[in-house]
Amino acid sequence: MKRWLIRLAALFSLTAVLTGCGYNDFQRLDEQTKSAWSEVLNQYQRRADLVPNIVATVKGEAAFEQDTLTKVIEARAKATSIQVTPETLNNPEAFKKFQAAQGELGSALSRLMAVSEAYPNLKANQGFSDLRVQLEGTENRITVARNRYIQTIQEYNVLARSFPTNLTGMIFSYQPKPGFTVANEAQISTPPTVDFKK
Amino acid sequence: MTHFAALRWLLAAGLALLTWGAGAQGVLPVPPLTARVIDTSGTLDATQQQSLEAKLAAFEATKGSQVVVYLLPTTQPEDIASFANRVANEWKIGRRAVGDGVLLIVAKNDRKVRIEVAKTLEGAIPDLAAKRIIDEAITPRFKQGDFAGGVDAGVTRITGLISGEALPEPSQTSPTGPLEVLNIQGGDFLIFLLFAVPIASTIARGVFGRKLGAIVTGGGVGALAMVATASLLISGVAGIVALIFTLVAGSFTPPPGRGPRGGGGLGGWGGGTGGGWSGGGRSGGGGGFSSGGGGDFGGGGASGSW
Repeated sequence: MKRWLIRLAALFSLTAVLTGCGYNDFQRLDEQTKSAWSEVLNQYQRRADLVPNIVATVKGEAAFEQDTLTKVIEARAKATSIQVTPETLNNPEAFKKFQAAQGELGSALSRLMAVSEAYPNLKANQGFSDLRVQLEGTENRITVARNRYIQTIQEYNVLARSFPTNLTGMIFSYQPKPGFTVANEAQISTPPTVDFKK
Repeated sequence: MTHFAALRWLLAAGLALLTWGAGAQGVLPVPPLTARVIDTSGTLDATQQQSLEAKLAAFEATKGSQVVVYLLPTTQPEDIASFANRVANEWKIGRRAVGDGVLLIVAKNDRKVRIEVAKTLEGAIPDLAAKRIIDEAITPRFKQGDFAGGVDAGVTRITGLISGEALPEPSQTSPTGPLEVLNIQGGDFLIFLLFAVPIASTIARGVFGRKLGAIVTGGGVGALAMVATASLLISGVAGIVALIFTLVAGSFTPPPGRGPRGGGGLGGWGGGTGGGWSGGGRSGGGGGFSSGGGGDFGGGGASGSW
C-alpha cells in the first residue's frame, strides 16, 4: 500500500515539477512559433508566386519603365534564393537577411504598382487589375501572419527570459527568438521630406 | 550648423514618437457583437436594418454560415483592412467547428468598404470575387447614395457564393459535446483529478476512516470542481463520483500494493469526466445572436472605395 502510494506521489510530483518549470509550455510555444512562422513563409511564397504573372503583364506594356521592372525581378530572385529552414528562427543573422530580402521585394512591388498608375492601358487591363487585387490580398495576409508571429514570439520570449522558466530554457537550449524589425527603422521614424519642385 | 541639424533631428524624432504613440493608443475599440447588422453611422433606418437582419438570420438557419454587416463613420487612424481584420478576429464570426464567417464593413465618411473573409470561406469567396462584389454590386449603389441597396446587394452576392460551397449542415442543437469542448484547462483539471482523487482518498480514508474519509474526499473534489467550473450540477456530480470511488476503493481492503490501482484509475476517470464538463457548461449560447466563435480571419477579402 505504502509503496504504491509513494510511487504515485513521485509520479504526480514529477508531473507537477515538469509543468511548473515550464517544460510543457516551451514545447507548446515552440511549436506555435514554428507554425506561425510557417504561415509567414507561406504568404511570402504566395507573393513570390504572383510576381512572374505581374511581370509578364507589365512587360506587355512596351514603354514601361524598365528600371522598376528589373528591380522587382532582381528582388524576387534574391528573396527566393535564400534558403529558409526552421533553424532560421534561431539564427538572428539569417533571419535578418531573409527579412531584408523580403522587405526589398515588398518595396519594389509597391513601387511598380505606383508607377503602373501612369499607364492608362495597364490600368484598363482586366488581368492586371485582377493581379493587383491578389497582390493587395497577399500583402494583407502577410501583415496578419507577421502580426501573429510577433504575438507568439512575444509569449515565447517572455517564457524564455523570465525566472524560473529561463533555467528550463537554458537546460533544454530554448533561446529567445527574433521578432520582426523594419530594415529602415531610422528612415521611417523621421518625417519624409516632400518636394514638389521637380 | 551641426547644432541646427541636431535640433532638427531631435524635433523629428520627438514628432515621430508623438505620432507613433497616438497611433498606437488611438485605434478604435472593437464594439461588442450584439446583432448581425450593426450601424453606428446612422445610415440604415429601422426597417432596413430589420429586413437585413432577417435575411442574414434566415441564411444562417439554412446554411449555417454567419454574415455580419457593420457600418461605422470612420476607421481612422487605422486603414479599413487592418481594422476589419481586428474586429473580425475579435468577434470570431462563424461556427465553432467550421469557422465560416464573413464581415461586410463600411466606413461611410472614409468612403471605404471591405469584405473580410474567414479562412474557411476563402475558397468560396476569393479576393477577386470579393473585389467584384464590391465593384459591381456595392459601390455603384453607394455612389448614388443608396447605402441600404448597396449593402443588401452585397449581402445577396456574398450569401450566393457561400451557398455554392459545401459546408457542414447547420444543426439546431449545439454540437458541443463534453469531449469536444475539452479545452486545455479542462484537460489539465482532468489529469489533476486522475492523480489527486486516488491519493486524496487514500489519505482521507487513513485519517478519517472509510465513511468520513469518503465524505471529505467527495466534498473536496466537489468544492474544487465548483471553483474550476462554476457549475453546481457539475461539481455535484464530480463530488459524488469521488465519494463513491472512495467508498468502493476502501471497501475492497485489498492486500498492500495491489488492488487499488485499477480502482483508482476508474474512479479518477469518473471524477475527471465530471470536471471535463466545465467548458460545455459555460459555453452555452444565450438567446438572440451570438457569434459561433470559430472564425479565423487571415486577411482574406478585398477593399474598395466609392
